[in-house]
Amino acid sequence: MKFRDLTELAWRNLREALLRNSLTTLGIGVGVASLVAMLSLGVGLQEMANQRLSRSGLFDAIIVAPRTNFRGFGRAARDDAAPPAPAGQLDDEARKALERLPNVVEVYPEIRFPTEIRYAGIPYSTVVAGVPESAQRSGAYDGMTGTFFSGPSADEAILQIEFARQLSPVPGSLLGKDLVLRYAERQALPAEPEANNLRENSTGAGDAGLSGGFSVVPREEKLRIVGIVETEPASGFGGVGRGRVLIPLQVAERLRVAQTNDFRTMLGARPGKSAYQSLTVRVKSPAVVKDVEDAIKPMGLATFSLLDATSNLRQVFAVFDLLMGIFGSLALIVASLGIINTLVMAILERRREIGILKALGAADSDIGKLFFVEAGVMGLIGGFLGVILGWLIGFGMNFATNTYLRRQSLPPLKVSSVPWWMVAAAIAFSIAVSLAAGLYPASRAARLNPVEALRYE
Amino acid sequence: MTLQTSGAAIRTDHVARHYQMGSALVRAVDDVSVSIRPGEFVALLGSSGSGKSTLLNLIAGLDRPTSGGIYAHDLNLANMSSQELARHRSHTIGIVFQAFNLLPRMTLEENVELPLRLAGVDRAERGSRVHEAIHHVKLGARLTHRPSELSGGEQQRAALARALVNRPTILLADEPTGNLDSATGDEIMNLLREINESLRMTIVMVTHEQPRAERFAHRMILMKDGKLVSDGEGI
Repeated sequence: MKFRDLTELAWRNLREALLRNSLTTLGIGVGVASLVAMLSLGVGLQEMANQRLSRSGLFDAIIVAPRTNFRGFGRAARDDAAPPAPAGQLDDEARKALERLPNVVEVYPEIRFPTEIRYAGIPYSTVVAGVPESAQRSGAYDGMTGTFFSGPSADEAILQIEFARQLSPVPGSLLGKDLVLRYAERQALPAEPEANNLRENSTGAGDAGLSGGFSVVPREEKLRIVGIVETEPASGFGGVGRGRVLIPLQVAERLRVAQTNDFRTMLGARPGKSAYQSLTVRVKSPAVVKDVEDAIKPMGLATFSLLDATSNLRQVFAVFDLLMGIFGSLALIVASLGIINTLVMAILERRREIGILKALGAADSDIGKLFFVEAGVMGLIGGFLGVILGWLIGFGMNFATNTYLRRQSLPPLKVSSVPWWMVAAAIAFSIAVSLAAGLYPASRAARLNPVEALRYE
Repeated sequence: MTLQTSGAAIRTDHVARHYQMGSALVRAVDDVSVSIRPGEFVALLGSSGSGKSTLLNLIAGLDRPTSGGIYAHDLNLANMSSQELARHRSHTIGIVFQAFNLLPRMTLEENVELPLRLAGVDRAERGSRVHEAIHHVKLGARLTHRPSELSGGEQQRAALARALVNRPTILLADEPTGNLDSATGDEIMNLLREINESLRMTIVMVTHEQPRAERFAHRMILMKDGKLVSDGEGI
């Protein structure tokens, strides 16, 4: 029998016992809905966590530091087993070399310093941080009040909401106003030849002299407030205690603000060269972090990334999704028993009809396929129904969560997500479970003796 | 090995169908050998339990013999797989039953189309074949009626159209007039004879009505307790 005829007959049979088959199909629908709702919750939470973590800039960033500095983090370098390359300097040349590496989006130093700002003549102590231009694309500033910096070197500032509230009870009114940033500028001093000669004589190394040191001069910079962010978006590591006043990274570099590590840098740097304590290397995606790290290490630099933490997180969510899937599938398994029951009942009711079909030339396989297709059609319809129900449940979960969050004056969240692959997978799973449930009734119907079936009243 | 051909439409060779009922062995058909020529109209006569319907089921390929051979156009049904038997029922055999056995939820047209669906006949060809069969039994005006809307005689004619639609060479009829009044029964018998004569179709009819068998069949085979009692000419 041709497939089209088979499906037509199956559809006709299903319509015949409409109430019973509808209830069975509804059972499958509820099973699929429970599966979709559970998985959508798992996926929603995972997406939310991934989004937040990716906005944090933690997982596509590599911290690069001179090997000596990195030891200072209190942990061993990860490539202890490999023979170490000669220790490299983290200066402008190294920065350019890092920028040329494949899959590197940008390289920038971490600039963050405690300082004082003045607004309306009143001084406030705070922490200022440089924000790279790329941070705008991370989505961390999507919900901000006002705008992102108009350019990479604009004299503008974005305030963190808590700090903005200190400046004004109506933070929105600060937009377009100016504040004054007071800071200590580091000014390099020329190298002292006598000191260098002294070092050469005492060590005999002679490849690097001492820098000339620096002086510190107080400065002021006027900045226009262009935006206010709700949460504090990090642009790399060091999320704790990051800036409450954010300025463009190029502006922060231009200011040459004296920082706490300047004393150490001054001793380690080659004359005439500025050195960084660390650089953040942002890569195209978390997937290439390992490759880029491997390319950096031979340069004699130490690297650190949160790649391991990401894979752990993925593992946790994989297990969570699996558990959700198992609990969700239980209802579908119970529903599949309903299919078996319905089809076995149908065999009893249609016993004579099966006999007639066989007498008219239906092969055992035709009868088996007919029941199999009936199970599949119930699975298909139940799958569609379940996806719609599951999506509605997810929608309800999002609605209820956000209603609660709104009452708590918290930003909205998307706790449930039904991606297209889940829709396809749920329908496919529903059909597969239904077909599996149809196996026994189909085989039983196919094996019916036609003579006995024709005698059945 | 040489293939012996008899030229018979149906031939049974010491065929037996035994089955166990509790501790008793029932010999429903016991060592029956008959040969039916192409185009013959044969009546299988006998009282209830004589084994005539069991023999008909064996010829139809609905049942398998315990021993012996059953040949339809010299092909031994006893050696066929269930798939081959289904093909035999679909292409060689047409069957009508005492209880008509039309599917109640289908219209007359759909009932008659059913064997064509099962045989995998193309949709384009089906319409003409269905209408040809239905017009043969003179039910052209009842195409869209369901069996419950047809009289007993019309239902049996519809069953005949369904049996003919696949153009079989052998028509098997199990008590085709058993559920009909005398006049309607005669109508069906006339139709069977007309089919036999016009299409040169071999017909084997199970009946317990000897006078009717004598009037319409060429030959009567009498069975009793599963055995062949007599095999003689009718009209």
